[in-house]
Amino acid sequence: MRIPCPYCGPRDAHEFSYLGDATGTRPKNPSAPDAILAFHDYVYPRGNPAGSHRELWYHTNGCRRWVEVSRNTLTHEITGARFAGASIPDASVPDASVSDASEKEAVS
Amino acid sequence: MRYSLFNIVVNGLTGNRFTEPAWRAATPKPRYDVVILGGGGHGLATAYYLAKNHGIHDVAVIEKGYVGGGNAGRNTTIFRSNYLLPGNEPFYEWSVKLWEGLEQTLNYNVMASQRGIVNLIHSDAQRDAYARRGNAMLLADAGARLLDRDEVRTMMPFLDFDNARFPIRGGLMQPRAGTARHDAVVWGFARGADKFGVDIVQNCEATGFLRDRTGAVTGVETSLGPIMADKVALTLAGSTSRLTEKLDLRLPIESQVLQAFVSEAVKPLIPGVITFGAGHFYVSQSDKGGLVFGGDLDGYNSYAQRGNLPVMEDVLEGGMALMPMIGRLRLLRQWGGICDMSMDGSPIIDIGPLPGLYLNCAWNYGGFKATPASGWCFAHTIATDTPHPLSAAYRLDRFRTGKVIDERGAGPQPNLH
Ligand SMILES: Cc1cc2nc3c(=O)[nH]c(=O)nc-3n(C[C@H](O)[C@H](O)[C@H](O)COP(=O)(O)OP(=O)(O)OC[C@H]3O[C@@H](n4cnc5c(N)ncnc54)[C@H](O)[C@@H]3O)c2cc1C
Ligand SMILES: [Zn+2]
Repeated sequence: MRIPCPYCGPRDAHEFSYLGDATGTRPKNPSAPDAILAFHDYVYPRGNPAGSHRELWYHTNGCRRWVEVSRNTLTHEITGARFAGASIPDASVPDASVSDASEKEAVS
Repeated sequence: MRYSLFNIVVNGLTGNRFTEPAWRAATPKPRYDVVILGGGGHGLATAYYLAKNHGIHDVAVIEKGYVGGGNAGRNTTIFRSNYLLPGNEPFYEWSVKLWEGLEQTLNYNVMASQRGIVNLIHSDAQRDAYARRGNAMLLADAGARLLDRDEVRTMMPFLDFDNARFPIRGGLMQPRAGTARHDAVVWGFARGADKFGVDIVQNCEATGFLRDRTGAVTGVETSLGPIMADKVALTLAGSTSRLTEKLDLRLPIESQVLQAFVSEAVKPLIPGVITFGAGHFYVSQSDKGGLVFGGDLDGYNSYAQRGNLPVMEDVLEGGMALMPMIGRLRLLRQWGGICDMSMDGSPIIDIGPLPGLYLNCAWNYGGFKATPASGWCFAHTIATDTPHPLSAAYRLDRFRTGKVIDERGAGPQPNLH
């Protein structure tokens, strides 16, 4: 199996580490009353489809970026790949900007 | 017909004219008390114990292909109870106890052979961890022995003891562990269940569920038409999610491929089961002489039932590091099976999560050894609507309550268990 890394081009799957299902979204508010259930639903259950699957791979022995791959779990055919960040829907939520700021502080 | 030496002789001398099929080829009735989906080891053992222990005979096992065509017929046949955690160890120990009497119970030669397992130790830290695990095993009456290097050398002189990176320092042994003939286990339970009147329906695929207005499960849709049932029990292993999807259920499992390998046959070499403690490689020798071995999962979601080459290379490298002389052997066969890997590496046996439904899945790469105890406990769960004390820790809600059973301590990452 070869994964088309958006940065490195098609590379042997053995260069990547697999994280799994890319469709979950981390709950935004850890102190919400239903946060425990929301985190359970994010961490544990899976669609586990037989067919098309969006999944996260880390290019460990390459550019070391997270890649979101669309792959068929019955045939292993890969129909698309893009940088994972590109698909995080809420990159602009306050959480994300906080971590940005702290990174900048660390640099300066 | 009861199998016995007398019957073999009589049937041998009379041209086998009086032998009969081990089970009937059943066509499904419109309704059953219990319908079990999946004719692997677990489904058939469940049917057997439902009839034997609970007197529930109006049972059908629905299998889409032939019985034992799934993981039951693809595994490396090891049974053992060398677990650490309290949720696991008593359950697997009960399974080993059932293995010990299985041939007599079933009147069928499942070729269970208690040849022992040795987990090799390569470092001081590993010795401490195995000593702790051995103590947990002793507490559960499973038996365990911590071996020093010389004891291991006497048993298995062919290992690479002085490997520069992974010297062998000893091992943890469970003498009562062993191997069995996987197909025979399936056939034995099928024959046993059939004797009690259970219908074993092969070449019948479950395609969906019948439900009443409240949403309760009242039967199944199959390729041979609908079948009503008071209780529908799932023992679908790697295919579980494909059916629970029809109920909009999301389970904490991922289906992933595990490969196995068999070499050409050689003279008796390997006394029991050996696991390499530094890479992922384990090996035993079949009665026909082939070395049966395996290693890591392929590591990503797959329903393809075939393995990838990088993992094959990895497994063979592990084998070469441990016993370099296998480099001269030729590989005879290699295959893959779809394992229902769970988020904590432990199984699920439970009532629900919908009324009328019973769940048995998440056996990871280790459900063959569990076959008798899984059937025993799942039958109890179905018959009494209460979890069996030995499988009470395997309920689905453990992921909500935080009581996960994670032997590896790897977290919710199925390919690491
Ligand atoms: C390569 C490999 C090595 C292994 N080695 C070991 C080992 O050494 N020791 C150990 O303890 N465990 C081992 N395992 C794990 C063990 O084989 C499984 O956990 C166990 O067999 C699963 O239970 P089962 O026998 O009921 O599954 P299966 O035999 O897979 O049964 C499930 C059945 O459901 C049927 N099915 C699927 N969909 C449908 C449908 N829609 N309708 C009707 N029927 C359906 C399938 O055809 C199949 O027969 C190994 C697994 C693999 C793949
Ligand atoms: Zn890359």
